[in-house]
Amino acid sequence: MNTPLSWIKEYVPDLETTYQEFNDKMTLSGTKVETVDVLDADLEKIVVGKVLKVEKHPDADKLVICQIQIGPNESDATQIVTGAPNVFEGAVVPVVLDGGRVAGGHDGKPVAGGVKIKKGKLRGIESNGMMCSIEELGSTKDFYPEAPDDGLYIFSEEDNVKPGDDAIEALGFRDAVYEYEITSNRVDCYSVIGIAREAAATYGKEFKLPEIKVKGSGDDVKNYIDVEIKDKELCKRYCARAVKNVKIGPSPKWMRQRLAKMGIRPINNIVDITNYVMEEYGNPMHAFDLDTIEGHKIIVKRAANGDKFTTLDETERNLDENMLMICDAKKQIGIAGIMGGENSKITDDVSTVIFEGACFDGTNIRLSSKRLGLRTDASGKFEKGLDPNSAIDAVNRACELVEMLGCGEVVDGVIDVYPEPVEKKRVKFSVDKINALLGINISKEEMYKYFKPLELEVDEKNSEIIVPTFRQDLLSNADIAEEVARFYGYDNIPVSLPSTAETAGKISDKMYIENIGHDIAAMYGFSQAMTYSFESPKVYDKLLLPENDDLRNAIEILNPLGKDFSIMRTTSMNGMLSSLGLNYSRRNKDVKLYEFANIYIPKQLPITELPDERMQFTLGFYGDGDFFTMKGVVEEYFEKLGMFEKVEYDPNAGKSFLHPGRQANITYYGHVVGFLGEVHPLVAKEYGIGERAYVAVIDMPTIYDVVSFDRKYESIAKFPAITRDLSMTVPKEILVGSLEAIFAKKGGKLLESYKLFDIYEGEQIKEGYKSVAYSLTFRAKDRSLEDKDVQEVMDKILTALKEKDIELRM
Amino acid sequence: MKEKLQAIRQKAIEKIEAAESLDILNDLRVAYLGKKGEMTEVLKGMKDVAAADRPAVGQLVNDARKAIEEKIEAVKKTLEAKELERKLKDEVIDVTLPSKKLVIGHKHPNKVVLDEVERIFTGMGYEVVEGPEIEYDHYNFEALNIPANHPAKDEQDTFYINDKIVLRTQTSPVQVREMEKGKLPIKIIAPGRVFRSDEVDATHSPSFHQIEGLVVGKNITFADLKGTLAQFAKEFFGPETKVKFRPHHFPFTEPSAEADVTCFKCGGKGCRMCKGSGWIEILGCGMVHPNVLKMCNIDPDEYTGFAFGVGLERITLLKYEIDDMRLLYENDERFLKQF
Repeated sequence: MNTPLSWIKEYVPDLETTYQEFNDKMTLSGTKVETVDVLDADLEKIVVGKVLKVEKHPDADKLVICQIQIGPNESDATQIVTGAPNVFEGAVVPVVLDGGRVAGGHDGKPVAGGVKIKKGKLRGIESNGMMCSIEELGSTKDFYPEAPDDGLYIFSEEDNVKPGDDAIEALGFRDAVYEYEITSNRVDCYSVIGIAREAAATYGKEFKLPEIKVKGSGDDVKNYIDVEIKDKELCKRYCARAVKNVKIGPSPKWMRQRLAKMGIRPINNIVDITNYVMEEYGNPMHAFDLDTIEGHKIIVKRAANGDKFTTLDETERNLDENMLMICDAKKQIGIAGIMGGENSKITDDVSTVIFEGACFDGTNIRLSSKRLGLRTDASGKFEKGLDPNSAIDAVNRACELVEMLGCGEVVDGVIDVYPEPVEKKRVKFSVDKINALLGINISKEEMYKYFKPLELEVDEKNSEIIVPTFRQDLLSNADIAEEVARFYGYDNIPVSLPSTAETAGKISDKMYIENIGHDIAAMYGFSQAMTYSFESPKVYDKLLLPENDDLRNAIEILNPLGKDFSIMRTTSMNGMLSSLGLNYSRRNKDVKLYEFANIYIPKQLPITELPDERMQFTLGFYGDGDFFTMKGVVEEYFEKLGMFEKVEYDPNAGKSFLHPGRQANITYYGHVVGFLGEVHPLVAKEYGIGERAYVAVIDMPTIYDVVSFDRKYESIAKFPAITRDLSMTVPKEILVGSLEAIFAKKGGKLLESYKLFDIYEGEQIKEGYKSVAYSLTFRAKDRSLEDKDVQEVMDKILTALKEKDIELRM
Repeated sequence: MKEKLQAIRQKAIEKIEAAESLDILNDLRVAYLGKKGEMTEVLKGMKDVAAADRPAVGQLVNDARKAIEEKIEAVKKTLEAKELERKLKDEVIDVTLPSKKLVIGHKHPNKVVLDEVERIFTGMGYEVVEGPEIEYDHYNFEALNIPANHPAKDEQDTFYINDKIVLRTQTSPVQVREMEKGKLPIKIIAPGRVFRSDEVDATHSPSFHQIEGLVVGKNITFADLKGTLAQFAKEFFGPETKVKFRPHHFPFTEPSAEADVTCFKCGGKGCRMCKGSGWIEILGCGMVHPNVLKMCNIDPDEYTGFAFGVGLERITLLKYEIDDMRLLYENDERFLKQF
């Protein structure tokens, strides 16, 4: 929403402010100013000048020498050389004097900070300033249609200016245009009047809403037009008036300038009036040519599916049964609230105009406009849900303007179809509760003072506020409290801390467990990545997932940003591998990343309840390290979480995207809690990772409940240890994990630890076997061990190993 | 014998004093005091000494031996000191040579900022809670006083799974879930991922994070809201930070406000970062709407509350002066390692 300050002042005549103050105060009272365009910011020393004499330049064909009167008398003349093609003796033009400034260059484009004008010589002839085009003054012919296509702006008699006058003022540039951010609850502020009312309340000044007076010219509107609303849900009110003997022509300068400042191009008096009223009252208008309305009857009803209709921008539109149409006795003549039809638009030879001022259902307009892909100034206003009571003001104001502009004769009477008139609401309110909610203590008189310019009436006896219909947002005491807060000033409300909500601050156990993961990852050199939750269904092919893989059962987004972001991920792999791939492509070496993020596992498809959101701790790297580096990170994390024992690695993980011989499920007490492995070379290639890459995923929900932070001190060993090295020939298919299982099981209390120190396959080892060497450490807590103690245990271990075809090497 | 001893002693002391290294000194020790050393040889000659003279001669031998030993010790100390001095001199390093670091990882800037925010609020007694990212329309909209066809639903560019389930567009549904638990007072913050169908560019992402805050209790006031956020701003942006509250509209709070903080780059004088205004908008907030309380079975006549929502990426980008939001989701390690 834009408004020039000058227009606001028309309704708040006592408003005195600076541009900056208006900006700040309006923002602090809730009408946030987004931008301010000070129209004369780059205009200086520009006066009205009259061209007294035009002579040829002796040395330049395209230049002329002009004597310009820039004061009350002809003797107040100065000489300016110009190349403007449209200069003539007697022309009254804007002139920038020596030392002044204009907003745009000769090319018609605005220049930041403006262009300084100094006197000088043009081809040897003195020139003391410059006559200006509208572009040089910072506007365009679009908004000043009376300006010539090329050349100087020339004032007309209508401007009523004389040499020496302030040309900036005469052109309406002594003004600032404010653009506001209007929140969706303040429909009334999408109008100049609405903003003016806020300004009055903000400044505590009187708000003067003009009284609309239409003289009329006799006759009766009923002799011209009849209106019927067939769909009362979608059309709350429809008002119509007729204007006969219409004389189409340009609207007056003051109206054109105001529209220009609102960013609306002046067209002709009738169109300009409808736009003017739309901005002023916030209620869009439409004007029909009565001669095009068959049967002189307007019917408001829904379109039928498959209907086609050409709007006045000469575009054919596809309609459906949820779109509301304005029709005559035989045909459709406009899409209600969005755009009129080509078939009923105002042309220059119109004789009788029907003004429509209506109120349509906001939601319906919004949805129709969306389906049509057609958003107009009118639909933009209607979709907010307007006050039906402004419709009548709008048509009457339009008629008043017709009389003011002398562009037609207004027929007496108004057609007003208003099946269910909207009344003022009553809202319960309590001064004490408002004070309590805001944490302030002000008197009711003070509050009433804020209500007055807002047109809120107080019914003290019933403790009620009577709310005008244009304030649809005021429904409860809390809403009234906001009005008090706004005008008391948010800044004036004191600061305190909640005194009644004593609680202990904490993060959840889940977050605590995750934070340990962050720390471990960082310690091992992994940096944290964040990737999107949605991805492409093609991802599953990239990961070589079989057709029937469960991970392919992903939740689809109905309205995704595109196929590439259309499904909610069921695995964190794609995010990690894409990030590694990006780093690889940018030649980053030894990249290690991790991510904590959810995957979304549907409980059924299509889903009818919320899916299982599973937090995944995903690690990935390429470069320095291997499978066992990754395994080390996982183990370190588990140790920190008190998951000391029973973590096992099952090579039958069945992950299609991992190297078939280098992958494992991680199990804890037999339950799978995650997996790790080397990325399958085909998958790595697909993601553009040019070397071996490794990933690990811990499915966090499986471990939240099994972690333990209970620790008990164990005394530091006092007695010496005995170590035995064990060098074995082991059938190749036996995993060292199962050797360790034997050590752990048979080693009993005396076996303190075991450590792999060599593994070897090849020469000297018979086919199908590998050489594995462990160092076993024995220790007792209460005494020095003797050889025979250790031998007993070793014998048990050796027997168990022998059963598995494992032999000792000598 | 006596003269001989004297001569050996004299010679030995001279040689020891002249010794230039510990090795030479050691050789001298062997030469005089060793098993085959001169002094030992002298002792062997004791058998030729008359019995009566033996104690006196013995005394002499011992004296000479002691003197030599003491001399060796003394010279040894000096030589060792010299040796150490020389060694330390040789070992001088260039301390400006590059350091050797263990490679450690770095948290994502969003996480660094989130940790900081959580630290401040847990210190003020807030519990950090979470809620689902795929959420019922009811929690994301209806229960937050945003009925069907409310324009705010369109404004938020919602991703739909079906007509009842959406990708949450805000962390505010966590408010409702907490209030529904029926345990009062409530003092929580709820960080998390939210989604809106914005095309990716330098300032937009279809997936980003918010941090929601909610306090519900008896006599909670707008002044408490202002005080709480002012405290947060001072902790987070620095003690000089001022907060400005402007009226705004959110369907689930009333009165509502947007809060601006004094630009932490220029301190409020106006710069490129704050677009010359001296202020930076950081969050939306307000008093919990009575309709929202009612829908959660909390009596708005007995309890009041306030809520606020901060865009995590917004403050991350501001804090680190990151000019392109896409960097946050690209995961280039050279970017991540800066935080």
